[in-house]
Amino acid sequence: MNRPQQASRIAAKFAELKAAGRGALVTYLQGYDPDPATSLALLRGLPGAGADLIEVGVPFTDPMADGPSIQRAALRALKAGATLAGVLALVRDFRKEDSTTPIVLMGYYNPILAYGTERFCTDAAASGVDGLIVVDVPPEEADEIEPLTRAAGLDLIRLVAPTTDEARLPRVLAATSGFIYYVSITGITGTKSASSASLAEAVPRLRKHTELPIAIGFGIRTPAQAAEAAKLADGAVVGTALVDTLAASLDEQGRARPETVRLVLDQVRGLAEAIRQS
Amino acid sequence: MNKPLPNTFRQGPDARGRFGQFGGRFVAETLMPLILEVEAAYEAAKRDPEFDREWRYLLTHYVGRPSPLWLAERLTAHLGGAKVYFKREELNHTGAHKINAVLGQILLAKRMGKTRIIAETGAGQHGVATATACALFDLPCTVFMGATDVERQQPNVFRMKLLGAEVVPVTSGAATLKDAMNEALRHWVANVADTYYCIGTVAGPHPYPAMVRDFQSVIGIETREQILAAEGRLPDALVCAVGGGSSAMGLFHPFLDDEGVAMYGVEAAGRGVDTEEHAASINRGQPGVLHGNRTYLLQDRHGQIIEAHSISAGLDYPGIGPEHSWLHEAGRVTYVTATDDEALAAFQLCSKLEGIIPALESAHGLAEVIKRAPTMQKDGIIVLNLSGRGDKDIFTVAHHLGVKL
Repeated sequence: MNRPQQASRIAAKFAELKAAGRGALVTYLQGYDPDPATSLALLRGLPGAGADLIEVGVPFTDPMADGPSIQRAALRALKAGATLAGVLALVRDFRKEDSTTPIVLMGYYNPILAYGTERFCTDAAASGVDGLIVVDVPPEEADEIEPLTRAAGLDLIRLVAPTTDEARLPRVLAATSGFIYYVSITGITGTKSASSASLAEAVPRLRKHTELPIAIGFGIRTPAQAAEAAKLADGAVVGTALVDTLAASLDEQGRARPETVRLVLDQVRGLAEAIRQS
Repeated sequence: MNKPLPNTFRQGPDARGRFGQFGGRFVAETLMPLILEVEAAYEAAKRDPEFDREWRYLLTHYVGRPSPLWLAERLTAHLGGAKVYFKREELNHTGAHKINAVLGQILLAKRMGKTRIIAETGAGQHGVATATACALFDLPCTVFMGATDVERQQPNVFRMKLLGAEVVPVTSGAATLKDAMNEALRHWVANVADTYYCIGTVAGPHPYPAMVRDFQSVIGIETREQILAAEGRLPDALVCAVGGGSSAMGLFHPFLDDEGVAMYGVEAAGRGVDTEEHAASINRGQPGVLHGNRTYLLQDRHGQIIEAHSISAGLDYPGIGPEHSWLHEAGRVTYVTATDDEALAAFQLCSKLEGIIPALESAHGLAEVIKRAPTMQKDGIIVLNLSGRGDKDIFTVAHHLGVKL
C-alpha cells in the first residue's frame, strides 16, 4: 500500500535552497521526447547538471496552452509510444538512483481521466511523483481531483496568470500546494518573454496572498532571464528553450543523435550557473 | 443508483455550466478570468431588452428571418411515408444557421468593449458568418481554419477574404476543425485584452454551449410556430446532423419537453462507424475533456484524441456539444449515423427532387430522413433542419462523383 509521504520533497527542496540563499532551477522536458531511452538519460542527468526540480511533460495530442515547440515535442513523444503509464515508469526508473529531486508531472486532464484519476494519483505517488500540474483543471473544476491528490500525498500546483485578478487570486491560491507556478505572460508556452518590470510588480502581489514558494515560467529562455526570475521569485522554469535545443539536435528522421543528451544538459548547466552566481 | 429523469430537459446548464456530468469550464488559468467575464456579460445582455431588440432587428432585416418551413412534397411522395418538412436555414444570409449565433456574439463582444474578433471554422460556414458580421460592424476578424479544410473549402476561404477577414491556415494535428479550435484558443490566451472568441458551435467552456444554443433556439421556436400553423400539431420527429451540434440544439431545445416529439441527431459515419474513419463521437466515443468541456470524444484508450473523418468539413470534429452528450445519456435524443456515401446520395436526391442543393452537413440529416420517413405513417410529420446550402460543397461532391469541374 502506498502512503502519503511524510515530508514533501518539494517543500524540502525549496527550504534547502532558501537556506542556501538562492532560487530554484526548474526544468521542463516532455517524457518520451524523442524516445524513452533518451528521455530517461536526460532525466537522470538533470540533477547533476543543476536542475533543482524536474517537470516532466505528459504528452497530449491537443495541448491547448502550449506553443509550437512543445506541441511538436508531444507529437514526437506520442510517436515514440508515450502513454501516461510509460511516463510513470520513467519516473520509477529515475527514482532508483535519485530519492531527493522533486518530480512534477505537467499535462492535461484527458489522459488522466482515461487512466482513472484515483488509480493515477495512487500510481503516481507510488512511482515517486511529488506534484501535478493539470493545466486544464482550474480551481472551479478542482473538486474532481483535489481530494484524490491530497489522499495520495501529491502536491497540486496551480498556474497563476497575469489575468488572475485580486478577487480571484485567493481562490486559486487556496487550492494550491507545493509551489505557485506564475505564468509570466498572457500567452502560450515559449512564445514571448515578460518584462522585468512586470515581474517585479507581479511577485510582491502574489507574496501578499501566499507563503508558498513562487516559480516563474512561460517565456524564460536565457541564463540571464532565469537568474533574474529566480532572484525575484523562488524559482525559474525553463521549458521551451530546452525542448528547442533537443529538437535542433535530432537527425532528419527526428531521432536522437549521440550528442543530444549532452547538448541539453550543457544548456541546463549554463542556466544553473547563472542562477547560482546571481 | 437509480436517478429519476428530470421533469424538464430545458433548465440546463447548472451554475457550473454542467449538463449532468457534461460541460464545465476546463481551461487554463490564463483563460479562466476571461471565460467568467464572457459569462457575466452574457447574463447581463440576456436581461437587457435592448440587446434582444438589436439582435432581432438584425435577424429580420439582415439575415431574412423567419426562415420558411417548406413541405417537401416531391421528396415526401418519393419516400412514401411521413410528410417531410425542411426548416430552411440555408436561406439565411451567408447560407447557413451559423449567422444566428454569430450576430448575437458580435453584439456581445461590442458590449464587452472588445475590438477584434477571432473564430475557428471547419466547413467555412461559421468563418463566413463571422467575417460577414465583422464587416457589418467594422471589426477586424481573424479566422483559424485547418489547412486541410482550407484546401477543400476554397470558395468559403475566398468569401472570407472578400469580406475582409484574415484566414490563418492551421497545420498542427490533422489540420482540421479540432486543430483550428486549439489554435484559436491559443491565440485568445495571448490576446485576452482586446479580443473576443466567437465560437461556432455548442461546445467549448461554459457559457459557450448554453449561449450558442440560446441564440440558435430561434430555429426551433420558429419551427414550432410554423408547424402549428401548417398542421395544427407538433411534429412526430425532428432530425438534424450533428458535428459540434449547434443547428441540432437550436432545433431540438424548444421541443425537449414535448414528449411526443422524437429527436434524431445524425453523426457523420464517414467510411463507416466500424472503420477508423468517422466522426461519430457519441456512437463510438467515450466521455473525456477537450476544448474546455467534458463530453463524448473520439479517443484511444490512453486518452489521446483521435482524428475524425467526414466528407463534410463541418462534421469533421472528434467531439460534440456537452448538452448532446447529456441528452444522449438521458435518452431524450437518439443519435444515429450516416456515412459519406449515404450523405452523397441524399445530396443528389434533394437537389433533383426539391431543387435545393443542401450542404453536405445537412445531407447527413437528410440521409436519416430517407431511412426514417418510409417507416412512419402517412399522416406522420418529420422535420429536417436544412441547416446550410450546398454551393460550397459542389467541388467536393464533383470530386467524389468523378466529375472534373
